[in-house]
This record gives sequence, C-alpha cells and structure tokens, in this order.
Amino acid sequence: MTGTPLIEVEDLRIDLDDGSRRVAAAEGVSFRIDRGETFGLVGESGCGKSITALALIGLLRHPLSIGGGVIRFEGREIQHLSAARQRELRGNRIAMIFQEPMTALNPVSPVGRQIAEMFVLHKGKSWREADQLAVEALASVRVPAPERRVKDYPHQLSGGMRQRVMIAIALACGPDLLIADEPTTALDVTVQAEIIELMRNLCAERGTATLMISHDLGLVANVCRRVAVMYAGRIVEERGSADIFRSPSHPYTQGLVASLPRLGSRAALGRSRLKEIAGVVPAITNFPDGCRFNPRCAQATDICRTRAPETDPLEAGGLVRCHHHA
Amino acid sequence: MKLRANLVIGGVLFALAIFVGLLAPWLAHTDPVMDANLMNAEEPPSWTWWFGTDDQGRDIYSRVVYGARVSLTVGIISQLINSVIGVALGLSAGYWGGWWDDVVNALTNVMLAIPSLIFALAIMAVLGPGLTSLLIALGLTNWSFTCRIARASALSLRSQGYVQAATVLGYGDLRIMITQLLPNMLGPIVVIGTLGMGSAVLSEAALSFLGLGVRPPFPSWGSMLSEAREQITTAPWLSIFPGLAIFLTVLGLNLLGDGLRDILDPQSRSRRT
Ligand SMILES: Nc1ncnc2c1ncn2[C@@H]1O[C@H](COP(=O)(O)OP(=O)(O)O)[C@@H](O)[C@H]1O
Ligand code: SF4
Ligand SMILES: [Mg+2]
Repeated sequence: MTGTPLIEVEDLRIDLDDGSRRVAAAEGVSFRIDRGETFGLVGESGCGKSITALALIGLLRHPLSIGGGVIRFEGREIQHLSAARQRELRGNRIAMIFQEPMTALNPVSPVGRQIAEMFVLHKGKSWREADQLAVEALASVRVPAPERRVKDYPHQLSGGMRQRVMIAIALACGPDLLIADEPTTALDVTVQAEIIELMRNLCAERGTATLMISHDLGLVANVCRRVAVMYAGRIVEERGSADIFRSPSHPYTQGLVASLPRLGSRAALGRSRLKEIAGVVPAITNFPDGCRFNPRCAQATDICRTRAPETDPLEAGGLVRCHHHA
Repeated sequence: MKLRANLVIGGVLFALAIFVGLLAPWLAHTDPVMDANLMNAEEPPSWTWWFGTDDQGRDIYSRVVYGARVSLTVGIISQLINSVIGVALGLSAGYWGGWWDDVVNALTNVMLAIPSLIFALAIMAVLGPGLTSLLIALGLTNWSFTCRIARASALSLRSQGYVQAATVLGYGDLRIMITQLLPNMLGPIVVIGTLGMGSAVLSEAALSFLGLGVRPPFPSWGSMLSEAREQITTAPWLSIFPGLAIFLTVLGLNLLGDGLRDILDPQSRSRRT
C-alpha cells in the first residue's frame, strides 16, 4: 500500500534524564513501515534500538521520555494518547516479543493460560473460548501436541519452545505490527533459524508488518525488505536490503557489511567485526560533536568533527546521513 | 522432595486441630454448655471424664473440643483478613511506588511500632466483647509483616521479564498485580500467614482470658483458662488441658510455617544449597 503507512516515525527524539540534565539518547529518528512490510533496525548494542521500540508502544519510563517528534499509527498520532488508549493498542494492534524467552513467561502460570489471557483481555472472550483459541494459537506456531502443551509450565519447555509460545502470545490477537527485539539472540544457532522462519511465515500469512530489531545485519537483511542502520542514537542509513549489501553508502554500514562472514562461519563474526570497525560506540553522555561516528571513521574530515550531517536521499533510493557518503 | 520433620509434625497437629473443630459435635461426650451437673463438680480426669470436670460439673474434654472451633475460626479468619489487607497494601505500594508507597510505609511503621495485642485491645474496648469484635480486632492489627513482604516482593518482581512482557502485551496494572506478581510471591505470604495464624490463636486466648473474647458460657480455650485461674492448685486439669490445646495448636502452626518456608521461600532454599 502506498497510502497511509501503518506506522510512521518523524524526527523522534528520546531524552534520558540523568538527574542533572537531559541528553538525547536518540534523535532525528524517522522511518515508516507499510502494512504487511518487514522493516529491520540494525546497530551495535546500546545504539538505541530497544528504546526506539519502547517509544513506539508508549512504554518509555523514567529516566527515558519522548523529547520530540511524532509517532503515527494508521495516520493517527499516538505519542500523546492516554495510558488506557495506549494499552488498547499494545498487545492488540502492536505486539512485541523480546530477546529473553527464559524470563518473558510467567513461571507459575501454564503457557496455555498465558496465551488465553490475551483473548480475554483484548477480545473479550470467555475463558472457555479463550482456552480453546489458545490451543489453536499454539498449533499455529507448530508446537507439537498443543492440547497437552497448553498445560505445561514454562520451565518444562526448551528455549525454542518458549519463544514459540511468546510468538503465539504476541500474534494471538492478530496485531498489525509485530516488533521483534533481538528475538533469537538468546537461542542456539539452529533454533534461531527455525524461529525466524516461523515468524516470517506467520507474519506473511497474516499480513502482519514486522519491525525486526537486531545487532545482526545479516539476519535482518535476510528477513526484511528494508533496513535502517542505527548508530549512537541516529539512523545513519536506510535502504532496501539488497542495496545495502551491494552498495553500502555510509562508512559505518560499509564496515558492518565488510565484517559479515562471506561463507557461513558465524563464529568468526565477533573477531572480524572488531577488525573492521575499530573503537567502541560512544556513551550517551559523551557523544562527540558533529558526526557521532567521526572518531571511528577513516573518511572523517574537519566538517565531520564540527557539523552533524543531515539525511540525504540517495539516487538509488534510500537515505544516508554522512557528509561524504558514497 | 524430602519430607521434613517440622512440616510433617506441624501439618499433623494443625490437621488434628481442624479435624477436632469440624467434628466437635461427634467427638464431644456432652454438650459443652448445657450439660452442667453439680453432682459431678470438679472430678479429676478419669475414664468417664477424660479431662476432668469443672466446678459446674461440665466435661472439660467436650469443652476443649468445642473450644477448637473458636480458636481456629478466629485464627484462620482474622489471619485471612490480615493477609488480604497486607497483600493489597504491600503489593500496590511496591508496584506503584511514589506517594502511595510513602503512605503505606508510614502506616506499616505505625502498626509495627504498636504491639498488635495492645492495638487489638483498644479496638475490643470500643467494639465490646464477642466473636465478631475478635475477628475485626485481630484481623486489622497484624498485617504489617505480610505488607512488608508483599511490598519487597513486588519491588523485586516488577523488573522481571514477564512483568515487563505483560505491560508490553497491554495488561492493566490490576491484571499485572493479580496474574504476574501475586502468584509469584505466594510462598512467603503463605508462610507469614501460617505463623500469623498461630499468633492469632494466642491473641484470641489472651483476649478471652481477659474476658474480652467469646462470651461465657460458650467455651474458648482462653476463657477456660481464665475461669480456671482460681482453682489452679485445687483442680489443675482445668488449666492444663485448654493450655495444652493452645500450646499444641500454636506449636503446630509454627512448625508448619517453618516447614513451608523451607520448601516455598526461594531465599532460604538458596541459603541452604
Ligand atoms: N532505563 C534506562 N536508564 C538509563 N539509560 C538507559 C535505559 N534504557 C536504555 N538506556 C540507554 O539508552 C541507550 C540505548 O539503549 P537501548 O535502546 O537498550 O540499546 P540497544 O540498541 O542495544 O537496544 C543505551 O546507551 C542505554 O544505556
Ligand atoms: S560524516 Fe564524516 S565522520 Fe561521519 S560517517 Fe560521514 S565521513 Fe565519516
Ligand atoms: Mg536492545
């Protein structure tokens, strides 16, 4: 659909109140996701991916807060909605799953109950109907023998099974947007692939848009149609997934792409990445002036150290935030 | 799971008390109030009168059996009231924090500063003696420990992944407190509740001893002790048996509470291993 995007973020700024002053943990964040589209957000740990996701679902809590910008859901601004109205969106229209399937489920409640609760909460179903729907939901995430599994407690399930349950919970109410924040980081590599595949299939079947968040560019580009690369609280490049591999434009993205293992061997990833982009992400309270990447950038010039670059549209489509972009 | 001696002994004693209370009409030999007969006054324990008789010729065994009803009713119901109050205040204070937390904390500190029996005495003085007053007085004055525990648990639980996940899924505050927090703090709450029941049984005895409890002639262990005061040297069985009943019930509840703590409280579990 080219009309109203499902979700549209415009110039979002997220403030961090560190007691004495407010610093921007993220700023100038803009992107849009259409209905049914898969969109990826990539960047090193601490760059602001999770807080951006929390901003979307209205769950930034002190010391974090929205410092400016607009978030529209189906064309309607949602960042100033009342707590009750935001709660109606959460879980129902916008769902989210996390990295930690080990802790995201209530240990003393059977998993079927936790799925059923979504139908009771958001769809006004009776517990009887909801329990039945929970079995179906569990079957839809390919959990074998779902009518028995609904009675299991989380500790009886493997990590992969728990993440399937989380997906069942998140997709229970047929949300329009699924936010997946590092959904497989805590899982075994083999299980990771299964879970990603499952998520991709389910969302495609149901026309659910996905915001996939990860530090792993390879994974995100595989799953998503478009990818935004974030660095130190700013989106530095946004491109179609294929383009970003073929012709990364921002020096940081170029480093990320160069550090991807060519042929398999994910084990080599950590070491080679260190080689490709020297240095570490600066702390929020200590962002450098100008372009935030300049201390690590081989192409940095004087202007990079004094003036923050604006986003430029690329001829081939996409956006980049760099004074000297390719 | 290994069965622990304190759990077993405590459980058996408490179950026995419940059993006696429930089956009192069948277990008692005589009516505890009506069957007075001065011909049998102050009989020592014997095959006919297991626990002896009092100065009105009433069977002490039957009175002790019926007395279990008062003690357990007061113990269980007043502690339930305390648990509900303590959990409601502590849980919401820990979860919401802010000014509400300050208010609850201040209230808890006041309750902790005044001995609960004194507080209960004051309430009884206003309400007058009787079972209902007992339930209210003891039910309103012993929730501070439960409240403390519930608050501390809520504070630590609210940063758990599943609580945050529930927020993300659109759960309201009340739903989070009831489905995510409460079930996960139930262990320590049950432990405190069991111990609290023991102390409620003792408090009932104390208040009844002071003549503020259940009105004579209906028997309660405390009032029986009170009536037996003057004959303690001439007819010691009048005090021994109700005293023993109180002792065994409270001991049972304390052992049970201890045993439950061992298996339910993750902190004491991790301390052991
Ligand atoms: N509750 C919080 N209090 C203070 N700082 C926070 C909080 N949450 C996140 N931050 C900071 O905001 C930045 C972005 O965090 P986050 O969005 O979690 O990064 P990531 O991209 O790894 O998901 C980090 O520097 C982090 O330290
Ligand atoms: S603006 Fe300058 S420092 Fe920043 S990425 Fe571009 S070239 Fe490097
Ligand atoms: Mg994160």
